[in-house]
Amino acid sequence: MRDRRLIVEPRPRLLTRRTALLGAGSALLASACDSARPHAGFLGAMERVNARLQAALFDETRLAPELPPEETTPPGAFPQYFISDTVPLAPPGWTLKVGGSVARPMRLTLAELQRLPSTQYRIRHHCVEGWSAVASWHGVRLRDLAEYVGADLAAAYVELRSFDSGYWSSWDRPSAFHPQTLLAYGMNGQPLPPEHGAPLRLYSAVKLGYKMVKYLTEVNFLSQPTSGYWEERGYEWYAGV
Amino acid sequence: MLSCHAVRAAPLRRPQPWPIRVAHWVNVPLLIIMAGSGLQILAAYPMLGPQGRPYAGYPFQGVIPPEWARLGDWLAGARQWHFAFGGFLALNGLLYLLYLAFSGEWRRRLFFPRRDARNAASTLAFYLRLRREPPSQELYNGLQRLAYTGALLLGILAVLSGVTLYKPVQLGALTSVLGGYDAARAIHLLTLALLGLFTLGHVLMVLLHPRSLVEMVTGGRKPDAR
Repeated sequence: MRDRRLIVEPRPRLLTRRTALLGAGSALLASACDSARPHAGFLGAMERVNARLQAALFDETRLAPELPPEETTPPGAFPQYFISDTVPLAPPGWTLKVGGSVARPMRLTLAELQRLPSTQYRIRHHCVEGWSAVASWHGVRLRDLAEYVGADLAAAYVELRSFDSGYWSSWDRPSAFHPQTLLAYGMNGQPLPPEHGAPLRLYSAVKLGYKMVKYLTEVNFLSQPTSGYWEERGYEWYAGV
Repeated sequence: MLSCHAVRAAPLRRPQPWPIRVAHWVNVPLLIIMAGSGLQILAAYPMLGPQGRPYAGYPFQGVIPPEWARLGDWLAGARQWHFAFGGFLALNGLLYLLYLAFSGEWRRRLFFPRRDARNAASTLAFYLRLRREPPSQELYNGLQRLAYTGALLLGILAVLSGVTLYKPVQLGALTSVLGGYDAARAIHLLTLALLGLFTLGHVLMVLLHPRSLVEMVTGGRKPDAR
């Protein structure tokens, strides 16, 4: 059931025949456009331009369409993904640590999270690889949690950490506070299964899958941007859809 | 008044004015980069259709594109190449369209069914050796106008389906027009395939008529300068 190929690992960089054929002019191009270091050089500069463009295009009132039940991806066909060798299981006494620039830093149990206002929707998931899948998700809006802990609105970034081998990511605030960005504890009307991030994962209509951290342990509201597991390996940071 | 109009209607132009040549040659590296990085992106998930459902119409389900055709080494690298240069391809296309519109070049380059259909059919008959003489033509015959207009429309469709895949939620209206995210992905791949076929035919015709290559480099002579 496990699909390890979900996000392809970088291959070792070689001086390929194609690179050689491109000749002298390619030396400049290769240093400015290095597939192994896509955050650097011209590719990185264009990523920053495109991130600004994407942020300008982002509208926090624009919702992804809610889909009818018959569009739900068949059981078992929604890919599962984690970094660890086996399905990560929550440590005993799991709580969600909420910190950073907040008035009331706290550790929340699942029961406490479930007492906060709940939201549910069925929307399409967009993976960086190009596939899409549909499920319904329920949980608490990240925006509602921020209000509950008294997050400082000057904190323009949100960082999410996980117990899945230290997987993590970070978001811009407008996307994190989008009404369809949830800390989900349920999927398709059931409690969130371990393969999809139990007990708590991020789910959102406005980012690619690798931004939606599963197996959450920490949410931090920060004034500075940080990176992420796949972002450090070369994937785009903004990754909006 | 009439004569004045006639003189203005037929400006003496080189066969290939410089803005046309610049846009044409700028397209070459950009299309190679977009095709190569696009195929590398496809290699990460070489299927069409949503997860868990068949996609009957696509004959290459699961087939990974050959390595020589791919650019970007891995998914993240290819995506960065694709998004770094995609905007330049769209911008080049936009400048080309603006030039066509304001220079009047659209009259001698674009296909208009009422004017060009008969000539296109006759030219096709000539190429198929069903007709001995080629029909008369100005800069382009009807078949060329059909091919170049088709390639232009394909380019526009490639850009529109591409931005749909980039922003399926923020550009939700466009995504719906194209039939949804998975349909847009199929359309995007189809435009690549058809543009590839066009390029093959294009290069073949250049080999048969090398003068057209010279004109696309130098611009050629004005009609009165013989």
